[in-house]
Amino acid sequence: MKAFAQLFLSLDETNKTNEKVKVLKDYFNCVPDTDKMQMLALFTGRKPKRIINSTNVRHWAIEASNIPSWLFEESYHVVGDLAETMALLMPESSQSSNKTLTEWIAELNALGDKTEEERKQWLLDSWAMLDSQERFVFNKLLTGSFRVGVSQNLVVKALADITKLDAATITHRIMGNWMPDTYTYEQLIQESGAADDISRPYPFFLAYPIQETSEKRKSAEEIESALGDASEWQAEWKWDGIRAQMIKREGKIFIWSRGEDLSTDKFPELHPFLNALPDGTVIDGEILSFQNGLPMPFNVLQTRIGRKNLSKRILEESPVAVIAYDCLEYNGEDIRTKTQSERRTILEDLQAETPYPEVFRISALIKFANWTALETIREQSRAMIAEGIMLKRKNATYQVGRRRGDWWKWKIDPLSVDAVMIYAQKGHGRRADLYTDYTFAVWDGDKLVPFAKAYSGLTDAEINKVDYFIKRNTLEKFGPVRTVKPELVFEIGFEGINRSTRHKSGIALRFPRILRWRHDKPKEEADTLDNLKALLGD
Amino acid sequence: MAKKPLLEFTDKGIYCAQGKFYIDPWKPVDDAVITHAHADHAYVGHKNYLAHHLSREVLYYRLGDINLRTIEYGETINKNGVDITLYPAGHVIGSAQIKVEYKGEIWVVSGDYKTDDDGISTPFEPVQCHHFISECTFGMPVYKWKPQSEIFTDVNNWWHNNLQNGMATVIVGYSLGKAQRILQNIDLGNGKVFTHGVIENTNEALRRNGVVLNPTTRITADTPKEEVRKGIILAPPSSVGTPWMRKFGPYSFGYCSGWMALRGAKRRRAADRGFIMSDHADWDGLISAIDATGCESVYLTHGYTATFTRYLNEIGFDAHEVHTLYGGEEEENPNIPGGEPLDEIENKKVSPTGGDSEGAAI
Repeated sequence: MKAFAQLFLSLDETNKTNEKVKVLKDYFNCVPDTDKMQMLALFTGRKPKRIINSTNVRHWAIEASNIPSWLFEESYHVVGDLAETMALLMPESSQSSNKTLTEWIAELNALGDKTEEERKQWLLDSWAMLDSQERFVFNKLLTGSFRVGVSQNLVVKALADITKLDAATITHRIMGNWMPDTYTYEQLIQESGAADDISRPYPFFLAYPIQETSEKRKSAEEIESALGDASEWQAEWKWDGIRAQMIKREGKIFIWSRGEDLSTDKFPELHPFLNALPDGTVIDGEILSFQNGLPMPFNVLQTRIGRKNLSKRILEESPVAVIAYDCLEYNGEDIRTKTQSERRTILEDLQAETPYPEVFRISALIKFANWTALETIREQSRAMIAEGIMLKRKNATYQVGRRRGDWWKWKIDPLSVDAVMIYAQKGHGRRADLYTDYTFAVWDGDKLVPFAKAYSGLTDAEINKVDYFIKRNTLEKFGPVRTVKPELVFEIGFEGINRSTRHKSGIALRFPRILRWRHDKPKEEADTLDNLKALLGD
Repeated sequence: MAKKPLLEFTDKGIYCAQGKFYIDPWKPVDDAVITHAHADHAYVGHKNYLAHHLSREVLYYRLGDINLRTIEYGETINKNGVDITLYPAGHVIGSAQIKVEYKGEIWVVSGDYKTDDDGISTPFEPVQCHHFISECTFGMPVYKWKPQSEIFTDVNNWWHNNLQNGMATVIVGYSLGKAQRILQNIDLGNGKVFTHGVIENTNEALRRNGVVLNPTTRITADTPKEEVRKGIILAPPSSVGTPWMRKFGPYSFGYCSGWMALRGAKRRRAADRGFIMSDHADWDGLISAIDATGCESVYLTHGYTATFTRYLNEIGFDAHEVHTLYGGEEEENPNIPGGEPLDEIENKKVSPTGGDSEGAAI
């Protein structure tokens, strides 16, 4: 655990990519193989099981810290991270421990069969033998919120350097459904992929945005000069659903979402078509709700994500289908190095043979003569219930992760309204103890009606100014939330808008964020609820 | 009718009606008693100033030609029948607590203070009083300082590693207080200390005042860059990320502040290293200092006043939140237009958190 705590500390102590990679390599070089796999699991988002419920952890931490619970809560609001708050509030440890990360996790997992009293004793004893930094990472294990300031790419780079394997191979081998207690370091680094798990997906290839913000709109000429001749590119609609990889191997099927969640059971409608595919097939596509052959807005799909049990009603109201983009494996062979056009032909053949063409759809290619023509077609995105257009170079291979060059997304400008900030709450992590989470309202007659929350879009300097304003213009406090004097106006952008019975305003937005601070607008000139509803388009 | 208190909180500052003087007023007055020379306590525009004699040259340097009288710690002067005595506050060189006594009623105004000995400011001394007016910049239990020697071991090791890795070393702290504390406590066996002009101006003022500081070299356009890279660069927060600093690259940049105790604050600063070093008392320091005065009531002027006041009341103190401009929220935030130039401002003023005054009112 000492090495793991030091790893965290050292990663915090540098902002430079090369140094972070060095720190990661130092860690891999000094810990046992089992610890390497535990760390890898944690750093790639494989959360440890929560054995002790978090309310109990909190209660016992308050007890160990010997402060009133309200003061603990206040401290948490200042620190913005529960694991760190607990680590800071406890008295200094009296003993120390040399247990490895693997040993700690094993002890933690063994608590499953223990009584609450035994769990509590174990936790108090553990805290007493860890120093503040160890306690911090230990608490992170307990609370299961393991976000590290290190991208998976860096971890992969460090491993690639050490093992002399290439980064794409490692990225592939750490995908999927493995557990650190059964997947060994030896298996990870062996030369051939013989031990590969049949459920393992490929790393997704992700597109880079052509324009970062709506202000920097790209013209057809600029695209021509950046991407070259239009005939070298294939264009498709950019669908707004759940990006997924669907696998059929050895008679078994697996559905992976981009967040690397195995979601096979969540989409029973897809099982017949997957079962009908030949063995050794992997398809990349988008899962969307469909009705009468037309895609439905994302919020319809949203109603069934996260549900444990899919009721008959949900399956009827929000039936899903796949729009296939690509084929990554065919006849058991990894075909990612074939060109986009070659893979497309294979995908078209597969789709042509399916007995379920309503469920196994294919992303239609958009015919366009030149970039200007495509720019015009792009204007129809919203009517198509698409987010814009995808561009793929016809001779591109299927790559790993988000890369510039061969895949681009050319999204339409967001919808936007001018709104007044009315509530604020402190942020977390890097934004701890600063008011960064805001609620916005539009006018309904002479009342301001909240309609969206947004966390991002301002620069650090702007956040400081808004924070300064909020601290001086608080009208009321409800727990961590402050009611702020309505004065500041912001332009709020969003990707879509739908009716909602769950919200006071009667609408729900998709991806709301702050586009800019409208210093020039007094609050009276903010938009109205009617302006917003006019965007519903129904 | 209730007796009028000896000190009251007004919109100009802390006022003694009997003695006809203010303590650390933020609007122009006739007679001002100044706890220390930081900008949120020593404003320009008063007719007469009284302060500790080690604040003299810095006050002249910062406020210009003012009418200033200085006295020693423990020395008492009488103003309109009210006794004023200065006691060390341990915050920065020349910082004082101000004891005000009239007909047996004793008030103490702490200004800013810390309870640990930094080896350069005269150490904090608790003063028995009836009413204590205290800061609480770090009045949350998550703030607990380590002994100074441990912090400087980390600083020295970091400097040493930078030298070995061919990196320049930039250490950032406020020009009055942190800068001298660093200068006097780092291991000069590693190399020479080079200073940013703003810090060197303050050093020179202190030297004129008779304070003996370790040797420093002011960085000018003619200072050879390679020389500077072999030493340590002492710079104010305002210089972070400026072309002035970038020309010494590649460098590692360490930030010395109590706010570095929190990961979030440290990440916002984007410092390579955050050293948790403060010139204010931590949670335990505040409580022990308040307790040691034996006071009947305590008034909290700036910092996490709401939380700290509530806690003090729960553990048996008679505590009150008061609203002042100290630790001023306008200074806590470096990005506010019209704010003071950063290089002249002390640490809490550019804090990422600043301590939230939570709408404090008298």
